Amino acid sequence: MALILAIETSCDDTCAAVLDGPRILANTISAQADAHARFGGIVPEVASRHHLELTVPVVEAALAEAGASLDDVEAVAVTVAPGLIGALLVGVSTAKAIAAPRRLPLIPVDHLQGHVAANFLEPEPLQPPFLCLVASGGHTLLAAVRDRAGHEVLGQTLDDAAGEAFDKVARLLGLGYPGGPALERLAAEGDPGGFELPIAMSRDPGLDFSFSGLKTALVYLCRELGPDGVEERRADLAASFQAAAVGQLTAKLERALRGGEWGAVALGGGVAANGSLREAVAALCERRGLRLKLVPGELCTDNAAMIGSAARFAPRLPYPDYLAYDAFAGGGQPAA
Amino acid sequence: MERVESRSAAETEAVGARVAARLGPGDVVVVSGEVGAGKTTLIRGACRALGVEGPIASPTFTIGRRYRGARLPVSHLDLYRLEDLEGEDPALLDDYLTPDAVAFVEWPAAAGPRLARRALEVRLRHTGGDSRAIELSDYPNG
Repeated sequence: MALILAIETSCDDTCAAVLDGPRILANTISAQADAHARFGGIVPEVASRHHLELTVPVVEAALAEAGASLDDVEAVAVTVAPGLIGALLVGVSTAKAIAAPRRLPLIPVDHLQGHVAANFLEPEPLQPPFLCLVASGGHTLLAAVRDRAGHEVLGQTLDDAAGEAFDKVARLLGLGYPGGPALERLAAEGDPGGFELPIAMSRDPGLDFSFSGLKTALVYLCRELGPDGVEERRADLAASFQAAAVGQLTAKLERALRGGEWGAVALGGGVAANGSLREAVAALCERRGLRLKLVPGELCTDNAAMIGSAARFAPRLPYPDYLAYDAFAGGGQPAA
Repeated sequence: MERVESRSAAETEAVGARVAARLGPGDVVVVSGEVGAGKTTLIRGACRALGVEGPIASPTFTIGRRYRGARLPVSHLDLYRLEDLEGEDPALLDDYLTPDAVAFVEWPAAAGPRLARRALEVRLRHTGGDSRAIELSDYPNG
């Protein structure tokens, strides 16, 4: 077998995957419910220490699930940016430690290209060209994908990420943090027209996003309503916020679609699990006669299978060139 | 202590730019205020004044971002998601709090005494509409 082993530690979850071409043999995430028992009930919070404790067991679990050993691995892929430097370094060091003794090549991968490359996985891999909207807790990105080796950033958030806005508004409404899914459930009971909220950037001719103003508008609404008023109108607040956020995402997507010839749209990132966003984008695609590609939920949120997928089309660093490579030098940091 | 009023995001950015002018290598600026008070906005203004190009977005999710400024590196940290750093790797923030860089820290409470060399504390408060009260306090040992 000629397999790719992929490791992803750019944020909270420790992830490892084993790929045979576009086929996923294993896609292990430390935060998965069934993994909790296996890894001693540790719920990784933020941080390098948790990654340090979990990387080796997660890699071992992925190999076991794939029915493979390190002898079957022909290359090791790893997320090198963007993310918390300490967390990234745990993944990079692990990947090097696995690859170097076996003289295997190392494949550095950008996390965001990973979200794009999730669409190249089986079943039903998507062929470029397509437009990809990635919305998560850490990123909001509209990308033009013309080939499988990279993407062009058409727009990104100028302040808060979409998922971050969902999570912070969820906390404002007393739903805990992170609370994106809880906010969606509450919104289902509310009136999306209950409060008039601005759809940010709607007059901006560009393709960038902004969610900070919407978040602040919610802060003020909650102040005006007072604790009792918020309690009474929680569902309407959630629904109105969600409608404004989804409205902005789809408006920018539609504007990007008007700017070029695209056959398909792909959604990625944790916010892509939001039903209201899915419905709005599906309606937009139907109106324009475009294919909508929705990868399964476990490939929307952070995972290593998407990193392995991106690695298939990325340059390989031969042994020993990567020994001096570190996560930060790999680029992808803003303005670096 | 200095107290200024800001009536818009642009004015808050301008206060950030004034803050930036005072800073040198190793300085840490802690920035507090509730959600939507303008912390990231003020830091964006400071980063621009320090020569950082490209988007300066909220680092809530990744905890830290590092930028290349014109005269020195700039770190932007956000500890919102960290209840506290107990049990955390003591070196977690070391990559960002380097002696050559200026660092801005949002939601600094979680860091406790780990933030050495605080040069300045900035507090933002909503005062209705787009207005904010901004308080700037020097640390005596800064």
